[in-house]
Amino acid sequence: MRIILTSVYVDDQEKALAFYTDVLGFVKKEDVPMGEHRWLTLVSPHDPDGTRLLLEPEGHPAARPFKEALAGDGVPFTMFGVEDAQAEYQRLKGLGVEFTQPPVEMGPVIMAVFDDTCGNLIQIAERTDL
Amino acid sequence: MSDVFHALAAPARRAILDELHERDGQTLYELCTRLTMKHDLEMSRQAISQHLDVLEAAGLITTRRDGRYKFHYLDTGPLRAIVERWRVPDPEE
Repeated sequence: MRIILTSVYVDDQEKALAFYTDVLGFVKKEDVPMGEHRWLTLVSPHDPDGTRLLLEPEGHPAARPFKEALAGDGVPFTMFGVEDAQAEYQRLKGLGVEFTQPPVEMGPVIMAVFDDTCGNLIQIAERTDL
Repeated sequence: MSDVFHALAAPARRAILDELHERDGQTLYELCTRLTMKHDLEMSRQAISQHLDVLEAAGLITTRRDGRYKFHYLDTGPLRAIVERWRVPDPEE
């Protein structure tokens, strides 16, 4: 068994696509119309055949209160790996991305948390012990 | 005043103040991560939340909402009363 796909619930797929590609730098992998929504996945340019990220519409009524509760306490929904957390923080700040946590060294990891503009907090992490 | 002494009596609560002193304005998540990763404190989010309530009741921290997010801030104001209470005159004065 392998982990082939992970997802984030987004309030608007088109807005999410713009943020996750133009700002974060992921690339579109699949875009298939499915009724009123799309099967919309992205990959990292560093790993085009790697795990896909599904931009999933938050259609279920429980999705929004769940996201609000996590965000209120500053809890990220998922985590992406970066080479240099400080550099990525500066780059994203420059693009207007809002952070709830700047890069903080916690043991063997430097972690920061930002708002994906689609209702989620996302953590970026740099391993310093590798 | 006794609230302040009670709040300061727990090592976990002093660790929270240490972390806020290092960087003011943290989410509950950041505080939880810091306590786990830097202080080896194995506490649930609920337990940390309760510690924060005690600190807030003692006036040692304040919370502020910014949009959808809630941040915690250190307030050392109540500690001044402790210094004043046992103030020793500075020999230089």
